[in-house]
Amino acid sequence: MARAVTNQRKTVNTAVAWAIGLLIFFPVLWTILTSFKTEAEAIADPPVFLFFNWTLENYSVVQERSDYMRFLWNSVIIAGVSTLVGIVVAVPAAWSMAFVPSRRTKDVLLWMLSTKMLPAVGALYPIYLIFIELGLLDTRAGLVLVMMLINLPIIVWMLYTYFREIPGEILEAARMDGASLRNEILYVLTPMAVPGIASTLLLNFILAWNEAFWTLNLTAAKAGPLTAFIASYSSPEGLFYAKLSAASTMAIAPILILGWFSQKQLVRGLTFGAVK
Amino acid sequence: MGRIVLDKVEKSFGDVKVIPPLDLEIEDGEFVVFVGPSGCGKSTLLRLIAGLEDVTGGTIRIDGEDATSVPPARRGLAMVFQSYALYPHMTVRKNISFPLRMAKLDKAEQDRRVEQAAAVLNLTDYLDRRPGQLSGGQRQRVAIGRAIVREPAAFLFDEPLSNLDAALRVGMRLEISELHKRLETTMIYVTHDQVEAMTMADKIVVLQAGRIEQVGSPLELYRSPRNRFVAGFIGSPKMNFLEGPEAEKLDAQTIGIRPEHIAPSPDKGAWKGRVGVSEHLGSDTFFHVHMEGYADPITVRSGGEVDMHHGDTIYLTPDAGHIYRFDSQGLRIA
Repeated sequence: MARAVTNQRKTVNTAVAWAIGLLIFFPVLWTILTSFKTEAEAIADPPVFLFFNWTLENYSVVQERSDYMRFLWNSVIIAGVSTLVGIVVAVPAAWSMAFVPSRRTKDVLLWMLSTKMLPAVGALYPIYLIFIELGLLDTRAGLVLVMMLINLPIIVWMLYTYFREIPGEILEAARMDGASLRNEILYVLTPMAVPGIASTLLLNFILAWNEAFWTLNLTAAKAGPLTAFIASYSSPEGLFYAKLSAASTMAIAPILILGWFSQKQLVRGLTFGAVK
Repeated sequence: MGRIVLDKVEKSFGDVKVIPPLDLEIEDGEFVVFVGPSGCGKSTLLRLIAGLEDVTGGTIRIDGEDATSVPPARRGLAMVFQSYALYPHMTVRKNISFPLRMAKLDKAEQDRRVEQAAAVLNLTDYLDRRPGQLSGGQRQRVAIGRAIVREPAAFLFDEPLSNLDAALRVGMRLEISELHKRLETTMIYVTHDQVEAMTMADKIVVLQAGRIEQVGSPLELYRSPRNRFVAGFIGSPKMNFLEGPEAEKLDAQTIGIRPEHIAPSPDKGAWKGRVGVSEHLGSDTFFHVHMEGYADPITVRSGGEVDMHHGDTIYLTPDAGHIYRFDSQGLRIA
């Protein structure tokens, strides 16, 4: 039942929403602020909020000490390629599950999702050994492969839910019109699912970008992405909060900007096709 | 050419037998309507012919060739779906030319055929729109256009008019009949609406629970239904059935008489009853008459402007030549 919302109530709701939003955003904001402080100010007690000596020094130190662009490029390659390969693999899989389901389709989907419930560390040892064996340790190819595989269940699930919204009759019509399976997927299914595929791409790109467990454990100097870049600043010699914050800000900036400009797609992606 | 022969075709979904083995011959150029109540298997039968479902047994021959395991794309049949199933991301032109592109026809020939189909279907002004910008009737025409450009061996229609409003439905019914006259291509048309079946078909196939109850021309089915089910299904309003003394007098379990074969009168007749609901259509009036000893009211057709009201006594005289007799199995006694 629709309820009339009074202006007063609206104001209160808005205030509460902003408060919660700021609370969630605060750590990110604090990181960004800290990145402009000196190391002394960064650990000052009581902490200073805005009135400190704004400096870009941390950024130049970070850039001098490590090559940001190399890490950035690794992140782009690993997140981008793993997502693209994942989509190419997942589209036919999701097609078959959505349009020619068998009695076991639901089980397969659940089983795929259940792999995400296993703690990643449980699979680290075997995968590490396999990586040594295949010479994939600290290579971008290796990470692309792992990222693609660990995100595949989510990609398939998301595409599956989007595909299920597409009426099967349209695909049957394509079949009657003489389309081969390949043409049916290429010219009818995929274009109709573009919004769904776009949000899947985006969400998985972000997931792969932010993933830290595998990227930290399977890389060293060569193939490390931005997560490794951040981690390298929490060194045993002591904590350099300001520099760590500068590195973090540089690492999250690209994905933050990407997310900002694609909010609409993202919301659709996160609601898993529930919103039309 | 489009002669389609079903030979002992059957279909089960798991353990459920949807269509027990059945035989059917559809001649080239015929307009055949599959009609029956919902769940009778008529759509499944159509999908078997289309190849969208695999048969469990039997063979389907199209123009003499065994098409039983030929994929739908290569059976040379075109289908119009209930939901129209247009490609929402393509313009009308692209929708109609899709089958031609799939067949890799050259561009000039594609354009020629699309223009021609659009002209026939009054779609020329809409070729660059998308399906979302069209009305229901126009979408339906695009779906038909997509079917005719291929010059198929036969057209399959799966309840194509059921999403249209009543006025549009009558119009499209005429258009499809018109199209059939012009193209002279085999058409198989599935509907649950017996009026559509009667008005469009050369041959009607009445189905119930996957079985063919009777095959015949509309008037054959109207005049000589094989059993009670067909008698009740064909004709509108439906035939009245009476059991008990009136049936026993004629040595039958049940007798049937159509509303148009009963003459009503205010003062004399064979049966006496009381007027219940009357439906005034202008040209006709249908009285629902309650008779002593019968649970269901009897429907009677009368002229347009008859002065009889709820509760009035009415006398009915059935036309003896049009009484149908059925035995205890529901089969008609000739």
